[in-house]
Amino acid sequence: MERASLDVDIACVGFGPAMAGFLTTLSRRLMNEDGTPAIESKVLPGMPLQVICYERADDIGFGVSGVVTRARGIRASFPDLEVSEIPMAAPVTSEKLVYLLDPIGASRRSTALQMADRLLRTVAKLPHNAFELPYVPSFLHKDDGFVLSIGQFNQWVGSQLMASGTVQIWPGMPVKEALIGEGRVSGVRLVDQGVGRAGNPEPGFAPGMDIHAALTVIGDGPVGTISRDIDARIGMPEGSAVAEWALGMKLVIELRPDVELAPGTVLHTFGFPEPEIFGFLYVHPGGVASVGIFVPSWFNCPARTAYRYLQHFIQHPYLWRYLEGGRLRSWGAKSLQESGKRGEPYLVGDGFARIGECSGSTNVLTGSGVDEAWTTGVQLAEAVLALAQEGKPFTRENLAAYENRRRSSWVEKEARVAEKARDGFHCGTVSGFFGMMLAALSNGKFSLGKPPKTPNENLATTAEFYRGKFSPQEFAAIKKDCEAKGISLHDPLMELCGWPQIPQDGKLLVSHQDVLLMGGKVQAPPGYADHVIFRDIEVCGQCGTKLCVEMCSAQAITRSLEGAPNFDREKCVFCGACAWNCPETVQGQPNLQFQAGAGGLHSAEN
Amino acid sequence: MNNPFHVVVCASVVPDPLQTLEPVAGPAGPALKNEMMLPAILDPWAAHALYEGANLVKKVPGSKLWLVSLAPKAKLQQVMMTVAQKVPLQLVAIDGPSGGFVDAHQTATALAKAVSGISDLDRSRLLLFGGWESASRSAGVTLQLIGEQLGIVDQFQGLDAITPNEDGSFEVLERVEGARHQVSACTAPPAVLGWATGSLSEPRNDPQVGMANMRSIMPSLQKATAAAILPNGLQYTNVATPKQQRETRIVKDKPTDEIAREIVQWITGE
Repeated sequence: MERASLDVDIACVGFGPAMAGFLTTLSRRLMNEDGTPAIESKVLPGMPLQVICYERADDIGFGVSGVVTRARGIRASFPDLEVSEIPMAAPVTSEKLVYLLDPIGASRRSTALQMADRLLRTVAKLPHNAFELPYVPSFLHKDDGFVLSIGQFNQWVGSQLMASGTVQIWPGMPVKEALIGEGRVSGVRLVDQGVGRAGNPEPGFAPGMDIHAALTVIGDGPVGTISRDIDARIGMPEGSAVAEWALGMKLVIELRPDVELAPGTVLHTFGFPEPEIFGFLYVHPGGVASVGIFVPSWFNCPARTAYRYLQHFIQHPYLWRYLEGGRLRSWGAKSLQESGKRGEPYLVGDGFARIGECSGSTNVLTGSGVDEAWTTGVQLAEAVLALAQEGKPFTRENLAAYENRRRSSWVEKEARVAEKARDGFHCGTVSGFFGMMLAALSNGKFSLGKPPKTPNENLATTAEFYRGKFSPQEFAAIKKDCEAKGISLHDPLMELCGWPQIPQDGKLLVSHQDVLLMGGKVQAPPGYADHVIFRDIEVCGQCGTKLCVEMCSAQAITRSLEGAPNFDREKCVFCGACAWNCPETVQGQPNLQFQAGAGGLHSAEN
Repeated sequence: MNNPFHVVVCASVVPDPLQTLEPVAGPAGPALKNEMMLPAILDPWAAHALYEGANLVKKVPGSKLWLVSLAPKAKLQQVMMTVAQKVPLQLVAIDGPSGGFVDAHQTATALAKAVSGISDLDRSRLLLFGGWESASRSAGVTLQLIGEQLGIVDQFQGLDAITPNEDGSFEVLERVEGARHQVSACTAPPAVLGWATGSLSEPRNDPQVGMANMRSIMPSLQKATAAAILPNGLQYTNVATPKQQRETRIVKDKPTDEIAREIVQWITGE
């Protein structure tokens, strides 16, 4: 097969905060003031370093994501930054940590938590079924930071990068795999185009191009194909493993005009809709709020879902007083790699380096990822610039300069404190919170709990999780009914557990399919293969939980009576939840394969 | 064929139609709320013109393609990241408003001036392509006005196809009433061709095309001149966007005829 190729100096995979930090730092020092190259390209002599970044999504700011970040790294890169320059950004003006009690009585609370709830209700007035903690622990606070929309922030940075003319960013161009030979990464291969769902060539077939590069920079996020490809082929460092994840799901809501929440208001919540689920509300300028939840992989529910829980979350009385009457403007979902330092892969190797979330930079104790991701990108750029100026090759030994910068920075220091901070959650929610406090107060010297299990090891059986809620016969009947209808189990199961039906209003409380339509539009350009593959359909047929169906953020994976679930690429938002939720393995690999693919969610408003 | 065409496509950018569009009163007149924050795309009507133009250039040896675009430079940069991967083109960038509230005559003047300024353009070979309509709030007349200012008398609107002939003449299919096409023959350029949807799908992204394009696109963006578009007394008495109405209701076991009747009733507001 004839395959076109292209030679560049640096090939980058994925455009997120980490790559934005890398390219921002790099681009500023590629040209001299007189217009001559500061560093000459090896592939185009006489020209500056040729740097290309490939991004799967069809633009660099189409994902929805409200975040709060201390933005230490971003501010270091933009010392004169006026926050108002970034659309939807605001300095943090107030920050609260709020424990949400269960006003419905349907959440699954331990005896200890029930006692704590009773005690709170007895000693404190809780008009909104919530307890505002008197202070935000120092490790969690963001009161010197910003509320951001990552979609808007990416566009803001991206437009500056494009204006510099020194680096190229190509959205709508997924990368299929790394080019690896003799232990060295020599570039990437782009996905084939003009193929059918199964990847079979069709009219207009064009094999994915090979991009040869002296250095491949990988910043492809929590479930990035290239990062996982490299891990599969060269392995992980001893003792390192990615075992913890979370699914974040968010709404962007236009608040009622009379809601007096100042831009920059930050609420962190825990306790509801289930004790394991964390939530947030961030207020942007213009009466808009990002509201969402994180469903962690240590939540052992066999019908893990996010959307239904998100709907109950926003209706909690503490939040509903602000959100009632609001209007849905956008929706989105994203996986988070929550192993952090514990899941750190090889940061560098011959011809490659990793930055951001795929490099284990997310800090689960401080609940921070953007700041760390950006900073690792900057650290790599500084190391790469130094190597390029000295004319040194991008070998593992030389790229260790990046690793050294990272190890001696606050990113590493805080990552070590956070390393075991959440182990307590594997023994229960209460011990989890105590464990976080202990780790923070002891600078990571002490922790509670035990090493994390994988998402599948955490999973309870239906009988265990729903003990006392319904009979095996009731469950069997629900399962049969859902299979016949091709729908997931979580709605009927939650209703059997006492969760009320959602009073849909067509504006904010809408069905799962409507949120997909109103909150954005999935881009699924033709000519690309399906990126979710079921390797052995017999294994799928025997799967008891069909967790891929239950956890799917967009109902793109649905039940089927024919073994493997159905996958509809036109609904997939690339949240990646199925990548870490397949409970079945074949030859040591998940039966569900999450591959490189094109498209994804284009949120209605970033 | 030895009668190459010089195809100039006039195409601007518009906020992605999936975004929340809300008119507001700006200092220079009506504008969209947060317009510069909204992701932009190439105007879909003009995009069809671009793909058809590229296809024509590919079929007729020696032909050339330019994309002339008047838009805020930052938004044009963003859109070019995707468009530049589609078809080989030379960009002529003009920095200016593209929101659709600007007087079409002024926009046309700026575009006509840019077309006239293309140094290696042979006006006798010129086919001026653009969208028949626009997804912005424009009046849909800009292309015709550019043609008039360039002195091009042959104008075709609502095109779905063009067939070049050996002698340099060409035939076009124009949309007419009754969902039918009118076949028109034109003996030679220059001509203005306002495209409807054409018949081509969006070209796939090609990294080599992107790389080749970017070598000329970035310098063009960097030297984009500002369009001299000034308030000329144009006033809007009222500005509103169509309201999207949605009322989600779950019904079960209801006959389809009854559902259809309710939907018709809802649409007609009875």
